[in-house]
Amino acid sequence: MRTSRAMRICLYAYGCLLIVFLYLPLVSVAFASVSKARYLTFPIKKYSFKWYSVALESSTVSELFVTSLTIALVVTVFSLIIAFFGALAFARYDWRFRTWFQKLILLPIFFPQTVLGLALLMWFNSIGVIPSWKTAVVAHLVWIAPIATLIVAIRAYSFDPALEEAARDLGANTSTIFRTITLPLLMPGLISAGLFAFLLSWGNFPLSLFTTGADSTLPEWLYAKMVSGYSPLVPTLGVASIVASLTVIGATLTLIRIFRMTRE
Amino acid sequence: METYNRKMGLISALPLACVLFLAFLAPLVVVAVFSVMPAKVFGLLHMPDFSAYAVFFEQGYYRSLLWSLGMAFVSTFILFMLCWPLAFAMVKIFGRFTTVITVAVVMSLFVSENIRLFGWVLTLMKGGLFEGYFRLWTGIGFESPLYDVPVIIFGLVYVYLPFMLFPLAQGIAMVSDDLRQAAFDLGATRIQVLLKIDLPLAAPGIVVGCLLSFVLAAGALAESKILGGQAVIAIADDIETAFTFGQNWPLGAALSMILILIIGVLALIGISRVDLDKIMGRKF
Repeated sequence: MRTSRAMRICLYAYGCLLIVFLYLPLVSVAFASVSKARYLTFPIKKYSFKWYSVALESSTVSELFVTSLTIALVVTVFSLIIAFFGALAFARYDWRFRTWFQKLILLPIFFPQTVLGLALLMWFNSIGVIPSWKTAVVAHLVWIAPIATLIVAIRAYSFDPALEEAARDLGANTSTIFRTITLPLLMPGLISAGLFAFLLSWGNFPLSLFTTGADSTLPEWLYAKMVSGYSPLVPTLGVASIVASLTVIGATLTLIRIFRMTRE
Repeated sequence: METYNRKMGLISALPLACVLFLAFLAPLVVVAVFSVMPAKVFGLLHMPDFSAYAVFFEQGYYRSLLWSLGMAFVSTFILFMLCWPLAFAMVKIFGRFTTVITVAVVMSLFVSENIRLFGWVLTLMKGGLFEGYFRLWTGIGFESPLYDVPVIIFGLVYVYLPFMLFPLAQGIAMVSDDLRQAAFDLGATRIQVLLKIDLPLAAPGIVVGCLLSFVLAAGALAESKILGGQAVIAIADDIETAFTFGQNWPLGAALSMILILIIGVLALIGISRVDLDKIMGRKF
């Protein structure tokens, strides 16, 4: 296409600027987390890891991490099961209500999460369920399972149904087909869907806000502190939460690599 | 084969359909019923009196609704203008750099929006990253832009950028290069190509991107709370207050219903016009 050199340079610069724009606030948080002062001002006068050791010793902090982690793990497992089948119904099989189903899935994504959380709170209340981390899992699933389904569906679109049909003609039953053909073919999609499910649940705040009851997740605690005033632990735990996400991403990528190596 | 497909489709759809019926559609019905209950009740077994809807008009809650919708509209417009050139470059011009941008944007999504907005507070506040260093180098301080309407819109643009960028890129990927080339060869100007080819052919992506940004921004809470202080009250903030401090569930439910209806109508119109098989690249 006719794009002048100057235009290209501008667009590349624009792209770089966007990345800076996305990550600049995190730079501020990172700096703030290593400031020694109780009330933060830039430029930072004294650096120290004091607040990290305070966080490590606090029992509230470990509780927050455990709650968030439990929710994220349970959400990931359920999302993967739902998304595996959901994606097949979305992309692979031709059945009567397929287009309806496709549109139903999009509705929770096109929905303000805070309001969804409140609606669930009223629903749990009216059927007599007391909110706890378990109800938060349900709330996260309403939003995350459809997203996971869409991610797996993209993968499901690109595989040829003839493979399954051939296996069936050769006498394989449904569970064998799932195990030997469908599952391996969808695996890359399932891995990214699992990663998305975990990380979106780990960082989610608006859905947890009303549905965790007496339990509290890390993003909820951070929000409460941010709105009520500054606490030096906020940037510290913010960084800790990001480091946890990065660890999960790193671990997943390593697993994929090992998985590939053992196959070759 | 056809009956097998039909049966398997229905069975595979069941788990997700069950979750959505039980934890999405049923709660919406409960909200609708709660919204017509008399004030301050916590059960559903009362005579409906619709008083909560009257309160919406009498006590000026429509103002926060208008603020939310207005800010969502402005931020969607800004997002479209910001993202269009970038999405275009990602699809048609950048090669490997597209992957870099995609990874960078997706990774930012994994950081809780609270932490990112709080980062902007630290960056923009008086004595923050910008003002602190500016004062150190020049000796002149300036007022912080925080706690005002423009900074809330800035926060909305920041948080919802991925929800505009990716659908737009997906839409632009549907615009054929040959068609654009043919138009240029026949003497069309850049503007004509944009208006007659790019925009109409990328329309599904534009619809999804704008709708998603608008809907999410209209129901947003954290931006106005964290960046905006009490400058304006967003409708989601009013809804939260009605439930928590106000202890008035029917009022909260009525406010939610009004927001849900507006968003629901927009979302249904948008979703019904989009062919998902085409956007997501069905091959077989």
